[in-house]
Amino acid sequence: MSSPLVNPQLPPGGRSVAPPSTEVIALPRSLAATKPGLFHLLLKDRFATAAAVVLLLVGLTALLGPTLMGDLATKQNLSATNQPPFSLAEGWQFILGSDSLGRSMLARLVVATQTTLSVALPAVGISLVIGSLWGVWAGFHRGWRETVSMRIADVIMSFPSLLLAVVVLYVFSPSAANIVLILALTRIPIYLRTARAESAELQSRTFVDAARTFGTKPSAIIRRHVIPVVLPTLLTLATLEFCYVMLAESSLSFLGIGIQPPDVSWGLMVAQGRQYLQTAWWLSLFPGLAIVITTVAANVLAAWLRIATDPAQRWRLTLKHKRKRFIARMPVKEDGR
Amino acid sequence: MWTFLRRRIISSALPLIVVIVGVFALARLTGNPASLYLPLNATEQMRTDFTERNGFDDPLLVQMANYFGGVLRLDFGVSLRTGEPAGEMVLRAFPATLQLAGVTMLLAVVLAVIVGSWAALKPNGIVDRISSFASMAAASIPDFWLAIMGIWVFAITLGWVPTSGVDSPTSWLLPIAVLLMRPFGVLVQIVRGAMVTSLSEPYIKLARSKGASEVRVVSRHALRNAAAPALTVAGDLAVGLINGAVVVESIFGWPGIGKLMIDSILQRDFAVLQAAVLLTAVSIFALNILIDLGYALLDARVRPSDRARKRRVTPAAAQERKLNVQPTR
Repeated sequence: MSSPLVNPQLPPGGRSVAPPSTEVIALPRSLAATKPGLFHLLLKDRFATAAAVVLLLVGLTALLGPTLMGDLATKQNLSATNQPPFSLAEGWQFILGSDSLGRSMLARLVVATQTTLSVALPAVGISLVIGSLWGVWAGFHRGWRETVSMRIADVIMSFPSLLLAVVVLYVFSPSAANIVLILALTRIPIYLRTARAESAELQSRTFVDAARTFGTKPSAIIRRHVIPVVLPTLLTLATLEFCYVMLAESSLSFLGIGIQPPDVSWGLMVAQGRQYLQTAWWLSLFPGLAIVITTVAANVLAAWLRIATDPAQRWRLTLKHKRKRFIARMPVKEDGR
Repeated sequence: MWTFLRRRIISSALPLIVVIVGVFALARLTGNPASLYLPLNATEQMRTDFTERNGFDDPLLVQMANYFGGVLRLDFGVSLRTGEPAGEMVLRAFPATLQLAGVTMLLAVVLAVIVGSWAALKPNGIVDRISSFASMAAASIPDFWLAIMGIWVFAITLGWVPTSGVDSPTSWLLPIAVLLMRPFGVLVQIVRGAMVTSLSEPYIKLARSKGASEVRVVSRHALRNAAAPALTVAGDLAVGLINGAVVVESIFGWPGIGKLMIDSILQRDFAVLQAAVLLTAVSIFALNILIDLGYALLDARVRPSDRARKRRVTPAAAQERKLNVQPTR
C-alpha cells in the first residue's frame, strides 16, 4: 500500500501527489481526489446497484405490501379460478393469474414475501450474532475453548442439516418460530468457523499485543479491536447465508414441514402449485422465480461486498470499466507471450 | 500415512457417534408409533401389546443399549411398516442414491473444470462474465422448483422423459440435471478463482517459456495446482447432495435413501430411519477421509507422510542426518 495510486484511503489532498507513472493503473482524477464511500462505490458497479435495488424492492414489498394488498390474498373469486397470467380481463389483481380458489397470485406473492423474509432474516441474524461472538471468543482465547467449540461445530456440520430440520420440525410442531430456531442452529457453525479463524489470526497481531500490554481486558480487546476487523467478512458471509436460509425454508415448506397453510411462503406456493402443473403452470413458476431473483441479487451483492469491504481489493472497484482487465492478475494474451 | 489416517479417523468418529445417538433420541421424541400403526378402535390391551412387542416401553437407555448391541452385530432391527430387516431395506435403496450422486458429482466436476478453466483464461472476458453469471444463477435455483419446472417442460409438455420412476434410461436425465445445478454453479466459481491465481504464478511463465503447449500448460501445470481448493469444496458439495437427494428423490419417486428417510420419518419407522442415517453418516465419514487423502496426494505441502516421518526421527537418526549433508527425500 505504499503507492498512493492503489490506496483507497487517499487523503483529500491526494491530488498533490506526484503524477502516476504507469498509465494503466491511473485513477480517474475525480476519484483520486476524494475518499470513495461505500455508497458511491456501489453506484459505480451496475450489477451491484441493480442487485441492491432488487433487494430493496423485495424488502419494501415485505414491509408495505401486505397492508396495501389488504384482504386480496385471501379473497376468493370462484368465477375467476385458474386465470392465466398477463391478462387484465378480470382486473389488475389477476395480472399474474389466479389459483384454483380464484385468489390473486400477485397478492399471494406479496404476502408470501413477508412470511419468507420474516423467517430468513431472523434466522440469519440469530446465527450471525451467536456464531460470530462465539467464534471470536474461541479464536481469541485459543486452547481448550477453541478445541471444544470446533468439535461442536464439526458435530453440527456433519449432520445432514435438512434431515435434522425434518426430524426436529416433525417432533415439535412446524411453526415459524421453530423453523427460525432450527435454521439458526444449523448455520451457527459457518460463522463460528470463519470468526474463529479470523480472530485466531488477529490475536497474534501487534496491535492486539499492544492493547494487551496496556492491560486492556480481553472482553474490551474483542469489542474494540477484533470485532471491527472481522465484521465486514462476517457481514458478507451473512449475505450469502441469507440465500441459503431462504432456500432451506422453501425446501422445508415444500416438503410440508415448513410454513403451514393458511400462512403462505414462496416455497409453499411452489408446492401447492405442483398438483395443478398440467393446467396452471403459473402457480409454481412465479413463486420460484421470486426465490431465484432474490437469491441471485443477494449473491451479486455479496460478491461485490466481499471486494468493497476488503481494503486490499477495494481499489479495483474505483477503476474505469475497461481498465479492470489490465489490473486483473494473469493476463494471458496481454502478457506478450 | 497411517498415523495421519488413524488420527483423522479418531477425530471424525466423535461427530459420527453424536449423530447416531442424536437421531436415536430425536426419533423417540416423535411420539409412539402405536397410534399410527394400530386401527383407531384398537383396545388399550392391543396398544400395550404392540408397544411391548417392539420394545418401546423399555427405558430409553435400555433401548439405546439394545440398539447399539444390534448395530455391532450388524442387526438394525425390523421395519415397522414392512416387517423386513431394516438393514436390507437401506442397503437396497443405497445404490440408487449412490449412482445418482456419483454420476451427478462426476459430471459437475468435469463440466466445472472445463468451464472454470476456460473462464479463467481471460478474466473479465466475455466467457468469464457469462459463466460467472450463469454459475451464480445455477447455484441460486431451488432444486425442488427446478425439478417441478423440468417435469412441466420436458415430461408433461414435450413428453421427452417420464415424470418419475427409474424404468427407462431417459428417466435419469431430469434428476441428474436438477441435482447437477448447485454443485456445478459453486464449483465453476471455485475452479475459476483457483485457476486465475494459479495461471499468474511464475511456474506457468516458466512452462510457457520452455515451449509447452497451451493445453499442457493449463491441464498439467495450472489445473493440478488449482485442484486442491476445488477438491475441498467438492467434498462439501457431495455431502450436500444427500440433502438435495431428499427433495429430488421424493419428487421423482427415485427409490433411494433420501426418499426412504422421509418416508420413515413420516411413518415413524424408527429402525429404518436409524439404519438410513447410520449408513449416510458412515458414508459421509468415509468420503471426508477420502477427500483428505486426495488432498494429501495432490498437494505435497500437506502430504502427511513427510510430517509423520520427521516427527518420528530418533536422536541418532537426526545426528546422522546432520552429518549427511545430502538432503534426504
